[in-house]
Amino acid sequence: MSPLLFGAIVFTLACYVLAMALALLRMVRGPSAQDRVLAMDLIYTIGMLVLLVLAIRYRSEMYFGAALLIALFGFVSSASMAKFLLRGEVIE
Amino acid sequence: MWIEVPVAALLAVSGLFALASAIGLVRFKTFLQRLHPPALAFTCAAWCVTLASVLYFSALGHKLALHAWLIVIFMFMTVPVTATLLARTELFRKRTGGHGADVPLALSLASEAEFTSDARPAS
Repeated sequence: MSPLLFGAIVFTLACYVLAMALALLRMVRGPSAQDRVLAMDLIYTIGMLVLLVLAIRYRSEMYFGAALLIALFGFVSSASMAKFLLRGEVIE
Repeated sequence: MWIEVPVAALLAVSGLFALASAIGLVRFKTFLQRLHPPALAFTCAAWCVTLASVLYFSALGHKLALHAWLIVIFMFMTVPVTATLLARTELFRKRTGGHGADVPLALSLASEAEFTSDARPAS
């Protein structure tokens, strides 16, 4: 792995960590519940992107399954939280 | 390997997109404004990382490695669902919370008719 790609990976991961910290700030501070759900959705997605970048870093394809699972769980949790806020129950 | 140059560029661009979306999420004033910046991470950042991954693993294995597209295709289907549900949640909660003047009435009633059982036609 060339120093260029290594530096780009470190820069990308630093950007992701900063973005997750900012989204966490919105999640802690968010005035309404749907703000928190949106921030959680963003944190889930960026966590999935971190796994995809780590797959390039370690040249392993094992990370794709984990990234797909995180995307799946992020969607299910965000959709069910939004449904709960809308109706007061998730499954009718 | 020369393929590492576009891969590195795509990764850096994706990091900047994710950072921009988080900054927008923190700085915007109302919820319906804040609904927009995460779409930058859901589309641009995810597509850049996926493209970088496809390029890198295709060059590494000397064959086309397209399995990273699965994630982007999955997000292509799920992200609009979440965004629509959250927008309707905002309209519904603002109206029932006594801030109905901020919400256009037709929009609010349309979302309610679809989601509350009282408004369904009797069968």
